[in-house]
Amino acid sequence: MSTNTATLPVGRYAYDQIDRTFLSQRVAQFREQVNRRIAGHLTEDEFKPLRLMNGLYLQLHAYMLRVAIPYGMLGADQMRALAHIARTYDRDYGHFTTRQNMQFNWIRLEDTPDILERLADVDMHAIQTSGNCIRNVTCDEFAGAAADELLDPRIHAEILRQWSTLHPEFAFLPRKFKIAISGSPQDRVAARFHDIGLVARPGPQGRPVFDVFVGGGLGRTPIIGVLLRDNLPEEDLVAYLEAIVRVYNAYGRRDNMYKARIKILVQALGVETFREKVDAEFALMNRADYRLEPDIVAGIRARFGIPALDAPADAADTLAAGRKADPAFDRWVRTNTHPHRHPGFTSVVISIKPDGGIPGDVTADQMDVIADLADGWSFGEIRVTHMQNVVLGHVRKDRLHELWRRLVAAGLGTPNIGLVGDIIACPGLDYCSLANARSIPIAQKLSARFASPELQERIGRLHINISGCINACGHHHAGHIGILGVDKRGEEFFQLTLGGSAGNDVAIGQIIGPALPEDETVDAIARLIDAYLVLRTEGEQFIDTYRRLGAASFKDAVYASA
Amino acid sequence: MPLLENGRITEDRWTEAVEGAPLPDGAVIVPLERLEEGLARTGQAPLGVAIGPDVDVRQLHHVLPRLELVAVTFTTFRDGRAFTQARALREHLSFTGEIRATGKPLPDQYEFMLRCGMTTVKTERAEDVSVWQQAHERFSIAYQPSILHERRQGLGLRRFLG
Repeated sequence: MSTNTATLPVGRYAYDQIDRTFLSQRVAQFREQVNRRIAGHLTEDEFKPLRLMNGLYLQLHAYMLRVAIPYGMLGADQMRALAHIARTYDRDYGHFTTRQNMQFNWIRLEDTPDILERLADVDMHAIQTSGNCIRNVTCDEFAGAAADELLDPRIHAEILRQWSTLHPEFAFLPRKFKIAISGSPQDRVAARFHDIGLVARPGPQGRPVFDVFVGGGLGRTPIIGVLLRDNLPEEDLVAYLEAIVRVYNAYGRRDNMYKARIKILVQALGVETFREKVDAEFALMNRADYRLEPDIVAGIRARFGIPALDAPADAADTLAAGRKADPAFDRWVRTNTHPHRHPGFTSVVISIKPDGGIPGDVTADQMDVIADLADGWSFGEIRVTHMQNVVLGHVRKDRLHELWRRLVAAGLGTPNIGLVGDIIACPGLDYCSLANARSIPIAQKLSARFASPELQERIGRLHINISGCINACGHHHAGHIGILGVDKRGEEFFQLTLGGSAGNDVAIGQIIGPALPEDETVDAIARLIDAYLVLRTEGEQFIDTYRRLGAASFKDAVYASA
Repeated sequence: MPLLENGRITEDRWTEAVEGAPLPDGAVIVPLERLEEGLARTGQAPLGVAIGPDVDVRQLHHVLPRLELVAVTFTTFRDGRAFTQARALREHLSFTGEIRATGKPLPDQYEFMLRCGMTTVKTERAEDVSVWQQAHERFSIAYQPSILHERRQGLGLRRFLG
């Protein structure tokens, strides 16, 4: 398949007329479903799975629309469309989620078909961003750019997006199903906290092979996924995933939604039995039907626009001089950039966590600014991260200083990536009908408390993750410091967990002691961090000190009376 | 709700076994627990079996050559096990007879049912048949192979429907 890559958007799969026809048919379908609902031909109970298939939730105060950003890749044109939707149909802002999607919190049911049509105009949709189906496939925010990458995972993420989109057998699974894919030895996708986590690398003859982890997840029963299969050849990727999801569909529990995820099935059967069932299904399949031939992969790959990476030989020197001249810029480069495979380029993380702000919230004007900066500095390409930030993947080093100035002017220059201010938080009781407690105020207070960039850098790498309820959308189990909102007789309390990690050193955080009242939580965490600064040895990060010393050393600090 | 085939109403030649009553002559659908009784009937009258969503269809392996119909059921539209059962009947067991969807599937699931190998629908829901017909005709593209072996579109795993 020959394609003129010069005309393709960089970094994402370019739709063709067939893809667009598919979307317009689906928008028409949803418009008709909404009409049936409004006319009373569908009950709310019947309409619910249909709206969920199009990303529409009924939340505490309004409908919430979750727009799919496949593997986090977004074009400037698409970002502008999101800004337009925020202005026209919401309250001027949107929210980036830990699934690399964008949510709008104040949507009217009757506007939704028009919104979906507007999204379809820029090759976007909200299909399968909710419901008991295979959700948006997530991937490394530095895909195709990272210096340590072995294989660009976006091509296979797109193949899996297509395969799972309205899959006839898997649209009504026991529960939601989440797949993440990484092509780097550094796990930046929390592969072992997913229903299926895939780690790709080049195999024989350079063709990709995959390690397949299954049955991981957070939620009320946090479990680290197990390796089900290593070195899965590329041609069997779709067949093997079909086999896994078929076994799950047939045997996953449907009597209790809290025990319906694949992690419970894997635990109940035992890994060996689960693997036997998958292997048996795999052996029975007409594998030729599902084989991922090289030409299929090449056809998808050819729809991805490739950036022309061309930088002056002295780009790195220009950057070094700029850093030397401007300490604030230097700090931001230290915290908010990531090594690029090309020596003249870097990847930039735009913090969506301003001091005292709401993690992941972005105004319509900021969306437009990000779109403009992406056009000017990164080939029109934008990535959304599972940490609720935004990445410009390919920025020339000699042009970084000017980009930073623009970001600072737009309130998007906070130098806190990977630091204590880079907090993950779910929407909590401010929006979510499931939540027991407010996550956002705690995140805001913590981020204001640790606003000093000097202090944040001194504290070092530290992930604080906040969930407003046991469902763990804020990934509190995976935080170095996890905060879980609980309801005690109508009052909001917060349970602290320590030692979690979503990276290569994957771990589930341990509860440290009794939950704290809301007004004591921020102080307790400040004391905890103070204790770490005293206890740590030279060069140690929080997680290292915690693992060396255990919870006891920190417990006293947390529960010390003020 | 009448019997649907290819988005149109069709005549139902099958009778369902009545609990506690002897099996009638002619084409009859028996529940799984009365399958032996159905097989023991004299003559060559067509036989079908109705299975619940928790049945592993592989247990029908030996009797499938004697069956002309398998009825799978959606106890609720949310329970998608019937999709996997139908697909396995076609793909693993090469069953070529009628696969009938029963229970309470939504018309919005019609395309999925057909692509998993179900051929007819007899539902307890009281929908206007036109909603089902629309659901059958609305879509021309899918993103993955199915039991119907639709024509490849050329890019990725895409297929043309219909």
